[in-house]
Amino acid sequence: MSTKEFRPGRQLNVSRRTLLQAGAGLIGGAVLPASGALAEDHPAIGTYPAGSSGSSVFIGISVPRTGTYAVQGEDELKGYQLAIEHINSGHDLIKKISPKTTKGVLGKELKFGVADSAAKPNEAVQAQQRFITENKAVMITGGTSSAVAVALNKLAQREKVIFVCGISGSNDTTGKDCVRYGFRQDFFGQTAAAAIAPVLIKQFGKNKKAAYLTPDYTYGHTVTKSMQDFLATAGWTTTTDQVSPLGAPDYSSYLLNVANSGADVLINVNWGHDAVLSTQQAKQFGVLDKMKLVVPYQVPFIARETGGLMQGVYAATDYWWTIEDKYPLAKMFNDAFDKKYGYKPEWGAENAYVSFAHWARMVEEAGSFYPPDVIKAYEKGETIPSLVGDVHYRAEDHQCVRPVIIVRGKMEKDMKNKEDYYDIVEIVPGEGLMQKPDAFGCHLGDYT
Amino acid sequence: MINWPNFVSQLFNGLALGALLALISSGLTIIYGTLGVLNLAHGAMFMIGGYAGYVAYSYTGSFVVAVVAGSLFVMALGVVMERVVIRHFYHRPHEDQLLVTFGLGICFVEIVRLIFTSQSQVVPPPPMLQGITSLGFLFYPTYRLAVVGIVAVALGGLFLVLYRTRLGMIVRAGIEDSVMVDSLGINVYRVFMIVFGIGAMAAGFAGIINAPVVSLTPGVGDDILVETFVVVVIGGVGSFPGAILGGLIAGEIISITSMFNPGYAYVMLFAAMTLVLVIRPHGLLGTQGRE
Repeated sequence: MSTKEFRPGRQLNVSRRTLLQAGAGLIGGAVLPASGALAEDHPAIGTYPAGSSGSSVFIGISVPRTGTYAVQGEDELKGYQLAIEHINSGHDLIKKISPKTTKGVLGKELKFGVADSAAKPNEAVQAQQRFITENKAVMITGGTSSAVAVALNKLAQREKVIFVCGISGSNDTTGKDCVRYGFRQDFFGQTAAAAIAPVLIKQFGKNKKAAYLTPDYTYGHTVTKSMQDFLATAGWTTTTDQVSPLGAPDYSSYLLNVANSGADVLINVNWGHDAVLSTQQAKQFGVLDKMKLVVPYQVPFIARETGGLMQGVYAATDYWWTIEDKYPLAKMFNDAFDKKYGYKPEWGAENAYVSFAHWARMVEEAGSFYPPDVIKAYEKGETIPSLVGDVHYRAEDHQCVRPVIIVRGKMEKDMKNKEDYYDIVEIVPGEGLMQKPDAFGCHLGDYT
Repeated sequence: MINWPNFVSQLFNGLALGALLALISSGLTIIYGTLGVLNLAHGAMFMIGGYAGYVAYSYTGSFVVAVVAGSLFVMALGVVMERVVIRHFYHRPHEDQLLVTFGLGICFVEIVRLIFTSQSQVVPPPPMLQGITSLGFLFYPTYRLAVVGIVAVALGGLFLVLYRTRLGMIVRAGIEDSVMVDSLGINVYRVFMIVFGIGAMAAGFAGIINAPVVSLTPGVGDDILVETFVVVVIGGVGSFPGAILGGLIAGEIISITSMFNPGYAYVMLFAAMTLVLVIRPHGLLGTQGRE
């Protein structure tokens, strides 16, 4: 918009240049207030319009910074912070994902608050309720524990504030517990199982016996169920499913049951430190010498923390940094992240970054923070860029249709640098991995 | 996996698990029995024992040095904690004692997180105790077998101190009636300091002994603190033999239940605690009427 003062009511010698500037100003003025005028036309809902009436908008972030998922939560938080920094500064990478972004979202600076969820739903809900009530958050995020994601789904729907889901592997998040106000970018039990099962069958053969280590909540149960269903098609059977509480201090009794089960493959669905500890103890009990380990829902940093135990192990993941050879946006992200934090991002950070970038794009597309308009922008199902190629969100369950990446732990001698933990086995396109939208009982609920 | 070999394996595993729980719980119970302070920072001290040992191990590469350093460091920490903070709370309500030890526990955990981050750290067992041993009926990690022996020796040592020395006699008398001990001219506060130090050392020792089994994180003590309380409640608050019995019972319950249905292992543990509280509110070996 022109910075020169222009008052139509005054008689002035108007030059062509001034006229052009004024014209530009008028057009700009006609467009910008239009969205403002539209905004005023919308009824108040959730934190709208109070949350977006100033020069900045607030985002509530809850990640686990303590407890068994703390390491993954910190990585996730870094992804969020980088995305916010990039959105506020109008970074090139954000512009590639959200072309209408200049600086901020609809010109408003993003501010945020961080709360430690400790991967506990009640703590996450309390923190986010505070962010919504006191800070008028226009968007909330959190996860790393599907129990948290499901709880925040419900909070978002009740409060009519958009929830952009963090790490969540449960089928329920966009299945039976899906909501109109929740969106998930990352892969989950069903897509992980659909992607990795054919690789496992090809690698290990048909009619194998599998033992499972399953954390006792929605994530664990749905991932294990999906793995069992897909592997059953090739005659795989389950010898034992060892269900354990989140943050179990010891896995010896479960592992003895596994060791005595006669399984060929150990499928470890545990996550965070639980995955690290159960894998280390599986080694101590000789289980890994007897059976092959598989991690169907990859755990960021598990390769580093288990000191070589992931070598040769197959895992499904959302993102592994070496795909940068194939995806230029991944390369841009890795470089920016590495420059700021000094290490290669894991998939928690990737999911965090992309889901914020997608949200920024949808708000820009909607031209308003009015939640139903933003939701409808997602529901258009447009093909949009991400760090793993083009993706889209399904209108029926708000799940992003995106590829799943199958990796295999590298032997130490093959590692080109200290963060080169995995070989990319296959990048499986997302479309073929998804269940039918209503297969898991999703009913999104109302817009208002 | 309900079959005879697995039952025997789980029975044995319960013993090993229980031995460790007994060691951690004994420190908690001695402190409570003598000082009347329920130390909610006990889990954090267990964790610090592991980290202090880890630091010593990284510098020396010696597991024995790590064990000594871990134990002594936490003992010193315990003594300082008693002198600076706890002694001001002996005559204050139990709620204040719970809050102050809970607060200290949080501070300890977060300081360790600040220094070491949440990433897990590994202290490998000594080379001669690495690998797996065949017991005929099961294969079991050699180090875990050794832990049973180490814990037995440590608990034996604690037993000797408590039941065969003058200090132990005073401590046990203090558990029964600290006012009487005081009026007999014994400096009961000095004894309190020593007891707190010994209790803390037991936690620190358990922390570093347990480190090769679990891999260290700042939250390692939080997870085990709950189990420790269950052990103490089952065995009898303030009872040293009760801590050992409670530890073994808890270990067996977790192991045996997991054989039938792993999802119920912890449910059964708490069910057992509830049962004990209903039938013997002061615990299996606790004394009725003790404050």
